[in-house]
Amino acid sequence: MKKTIAGGAGSAAGFEVALPHPRTSQPAPALTRFLENEGLLAAVLLAPTVLLLSLFIAYPFVMGVWLSLSSTSVGNPGEFVGLRNFVKAWNDSIFRTAFGNTFFYTFWATVFKLVLGMWLALLLNRHFRGKRLVRASMLLPFIVPTVLSTFAWRWMFDPTFSVLNWLLYQGGLITTKLPFLSDGTYGLWCAIVVNTWRGMPFFAITLLAGLQTISPDLHEAASLDGANGWHRFWHVTWPLLKPVTLVVVVFSVIQTFSDFQLIYVLTGGGPANATHLLATYAYQIGVATGLLGEGAAISLFMLPVLFVVVWVQLRYLRRLEGA
Amino acid sequence: MVIEKRWKTWVFFYIPLAVFVVGTLFPFYWMLITAIRPDAELYRSWRAATNTPFWTLQPTLEHFRDLMAKTTFPRWLWNTFFIAVASTLISLFCGLLAGYALARLRFPMAGTLGTSIFVTYLVPPTLLFIPLADIIRNFQLGNTPWALILTYPTFLIPFCTWLLMGYFKTIPKELEECARIDGATRFGAMTRIIFPIAVPGILSAGIFAFTLSWNEFIYALVFLSSPERKTVPVGVVSELIRGDIYFWGQLMAGALLGSIPVALVYSFFVEYYVTGLTGSVKG
Repeated sequence: MKKTIAGGAGSAAGFEVALPHPRTSQPAPALTRFLENEGLLAAVLLAPTVLLLSLFIAYPFVMGVWLSLSSTSVGNPGEFVGLRNFVKAWNDSIFRTAFGNTFFYTFWATVFKLVLGMWLALLLNRHFRGKRLVRASMLLPFIVPTVLSTFAWRWMFDPTFSVLNWLLYQGGLITTKLPFLSDGTYGLWCAIVVNTWRGMPFFAITLLAGLQTISPDLHEAASLDGANGWHRFWHVTWPLLKPVTLVVVVFSVIQTFSDFQLIYVLTGGGPANATHLLATYAYQIGVATGLLGEGAAISLFMLPVLFVVVWVQLRYLRRLEGA
Repeated sequence: MVIEKRWKTWVFFYIPLAVFVVGTLFPFYWMLITAIRPDAELYRSWRAATNTPFWTLQPTLEHFRDLMAKTTFPRWLWNTFFIAVASTLISLFCGLLAGYALARLRFPMAGTLGTSIFVTYLVPPTLLFIPLADIIRNFQLGNTPWALILTYPTFLIPFCTWLLMGYFKTIPKELEECARIDGATRFGAMTRIIFPIAVPGILSAGIFAFTLSWNEFIYALVFLSSPERKTVPVGVVSELIRGDIYFWGQLMAGALLGSIPVALVYSFFVEYYVTGLTGSVKG
C-alpha cells in the first residue's frame, strides 16, 4: 500500500487524479512535488542535523586527533610530532594519578548510584501518601546545575566551617576535624559522594519506570509460592529489570568517566594534583597552560573506554531489535 | 497484595525513605540557610557554644541585594536564559525533522545515519572542548553567545532526535496514509497531522533540552571570557570568588537564584520531564 503511493511523483499524481478531489485539479508547485520523493524529503529533513553535527562534532574530532599529534600551543601553529604527546602524558606522574582516579571515581560512583538508585526505585514503587511530591523532589539534584549544587557541597566540606564536621563532632564520632578536601584520598571520596548524590535520582527514576512495567501478578504468584522479599527481587524483579539497568549504567559510566565540572568546583584537582580526572587535567594542560596538543592527547585517552562502552550499548541495541 | 507487619513497614520503608529525602534535600536547605545568614554568624568557630548551624535568628537579604546590585548576576541570568531557549529551539527544529525522517521514511543509509546520530549522543563534551575552542576561534565566534547557541545542539539534537523518533514510531502509520489519500502532500501530512500529535513528545524533549543547556558548564567556561557575557554557572564560579576569598553568602544566594528558574520549569512539567528522562535512555 505504502509502496504504491511512495512510487515517485508521477505515480502519486496519477493516483490522485483518480480521486474526485477538488485540490487535485491544480498542478502541485514544484517544491511540493520535489518533496513527494521519499529519499529527497529525507535528505532535506536530515540536512540541518547532519550539517550541525558534522561541523561541531565530526570536524572537532578529526581536528582533535590532528592536534594530539602536533606540538600546537596557543599562538604557535605547531608541527607534526607523532605520538610524542601521548608518550609524554603516559610518563607524567600527575597524568598517571588522573588516569587511575578516573577509573576509581567511575567505578565506585557507578556502584553506589546503582545500588542506592535501585533501592530508592523499589521504595518509590510502593503506594504511599505524597508519593508524587517525594518523587518530584528526589529529582532535584539532577535538575539543578551541577556547578551550583557542588558549591553547596564545597561549603559543607569547608575546612573551617564544615557542618558535617560539626555534626560528627556533636555526635561524638570524631574529636578532630576530618580533612574533607585538603587530603587527596578524602577529596576523591568526597567527589564520589557528591557524584552519587547528583546521579542517583537518574538511576532511581529510570529504574522506577522499568519497575512499573512489571506486572504485580508475578510478585503475587511468587509470594504464594513462598518467596520472601529478597527472593522476589532476585528472581522476579532483577531479571526483568536487567535491560533497563544496562542502558542506565552505560549512560552513567560515560558521564562519570568524562566528568569535569564536579571536580573543577569541588577540589580543582588539588590538593597537589591528587584528585584530577582526565577531563580536568586535559583542561589544565590544554586551556589553562595553553598546550593544545598535549591537552588534546590527554582527553583522547578517554576514547578507548568510551569506545568499548558505546560498542556494548550498540551490540545490545542490535540484539534487542533482532529479537 | 503482599501484607507486611507494621514494624517491618517502618524499618524497611518509612525510615529508609526518610533518610533518602533528608539526604537529597539537605544541601538545598543548606544553600538557603547560608544565603540568608548574616556574615557575622557565617564565620563563627564550629565549637562556639552559640553556634546554631541549622537555623538563624537574624535572617537577612543582604547577600541577595549585593548579588543583584554589585555583580553582573542579573545579566548572567538573562544570558543563560537566552542561550538555553535559542539552543533548545534549534535542537527541537532539527530533532523534529530528523526524528521524523528516521522513523518514517525509507531511504538508503537510514540505518547507518541513525546509528551515527546515536553515537554522537554518547560523545561527551569533555572529549572535544579543546579542538572545538580552536574552531570557535577560527569562526570568529569566541566570546559571543553564538559560540554556545551553535555548540549546545551537538549534545541536544541527538537526544531530541532519539526521543522524538521513539515517539513517532508509536503514532500509527494509518493516520498519515488517510491524510495522503485525502490529498495531503507528504510534507503536509507530516506538519499538519503528525507534528500536532507529537506535541507531548516535543514538550518532553524541549524541557529536557532546556535543563541540559541551563546546566552546561565546560563549553561556557572555555568559550566565554568577558564577565558580562557569562552564563550563571560560569559567572558564579569565576566572578564571585575574588582572589582566594569565597563570599559564601553571596555564592549560595547565587546558587539558589541560578537554580530556581530551572527548578520552576521542571516543577510545572514534572511528568514531561520524567518522560523525557526515561525516554532518553530507552529510545
